[in-house]
Amino acid sequence: MKKAFIPLLIFVVLMGFLAMGLSLNPREIPSPLINKPAPAFSLPVLDAPEQKIAAQDLRGKVWVLNVWASWCVACRIEHPLWVEFSKSGLVPIYGLNYKDKRDDAIRWLGNFGNPYLRSLSDTDGLVGIDFGVYGVPETFVIDKQGVIRMKHIGPVTPEVLRDDIIPLVRKLGA
Amino acid sequence: MCKGLRSRCLLGCLWFALLVGSAVAKEAVPSAANPELEARVLAISEELRCLVCQNETIAASHADLAVDLRKQIAVQLEAGQSKQQILDFMVERYGDFVLYRPTLNARTLLLWVGPFVLLFGAVVVLTVNIRRRRSADATEWTADNAQRARALLSEGDDRS
Repeated sequence: MKKAFIPLLIFVVLMGFLAMGLSLNPREIPSPLINKPAPAFSLPVLDAPEQKIAAQDLRGKVWVLNVWASWCVACRIEHPLWVEFSKSGLVPIYGLNYKDKRDDAIRWLGNFGNPYLRSLSDTDGLVGIDFGVYGVPETFVIDKQGVIRMKHIGPVTPEVLRDDIIPLVRKLGA
Repeated sequence: MCKGLRSRCLLGCLWFALLVGSAVAKEAVPSAANPELEARVLAISEELRCLVCQNETIAASHADLAVDLRKQIAVQLEAGQSKQQILDFMVERYGDFVLYRPTLNARTLLLWVGPFVLLFGAVVVLTVNIRRRRSADATEWTADNAQRARALLSEGDDRS
């Protein structure tokens, strides 16, 4: 009698696994960079290319790095959130302008607003590779010691901003 | 006649274009920098997963990122990095996921061993079932049983 329940049990376990598989997001690959020092870089500022900013210039403060590009459609979804969030002045937001043309990028910021304290031009995408960027937009939270504490892939939602980014930035003492 | 000539000429031109085209196309592949380097880049990029289109290798993918990573591999090979150093470089940035052949470690153990565990389990269930069926078929031959069989047989004899 008990034997009849074995197929049912197997079925339930299988359904459990399948349900779990459905709820996972295959695009979100855990970054090995979490809790590791942010890669070193030295990049020209988007609207002042003669000026360069290096990773060590940002030591001693908590900052957010948002990877964006004018060709990136998904960036337009999250952009209003950043524009709004930047007004709070809670944390400096730096942009990594990934594989973009300078003029296009400046025009894009003119159209949609500029939440970034500075945007850095990563024209050939090499710094992007160092940060393990594979799906723009991506967002990193970096602490005072220059360690990456969080990475978000894809457009930031109001929930991610409210429940993850803001509490983390507060905790790190921006 | 005139028309025929024209069409023949057109055909000839087409042939010529095709020939030239294919000759150029054939040359274009290895002339991309250095064929030996290209082959090494290809060998390494076949080991790496493209993160944009996840079921393709970097060698097969046309995604922008894959092109950049192939370039990166070439740059590093030219700088004298070994294949393992380049694979490590990629894992440092993109995680184990970037390796098309996952490494064997605590986290991937189930992935590597799981199919064999399942196979083993299936074989065990199968053998147990076969054994049980066999022992059910072979009923013990006792004096008691023999007596009953004989009685049944003789019963049949009486009827006929």
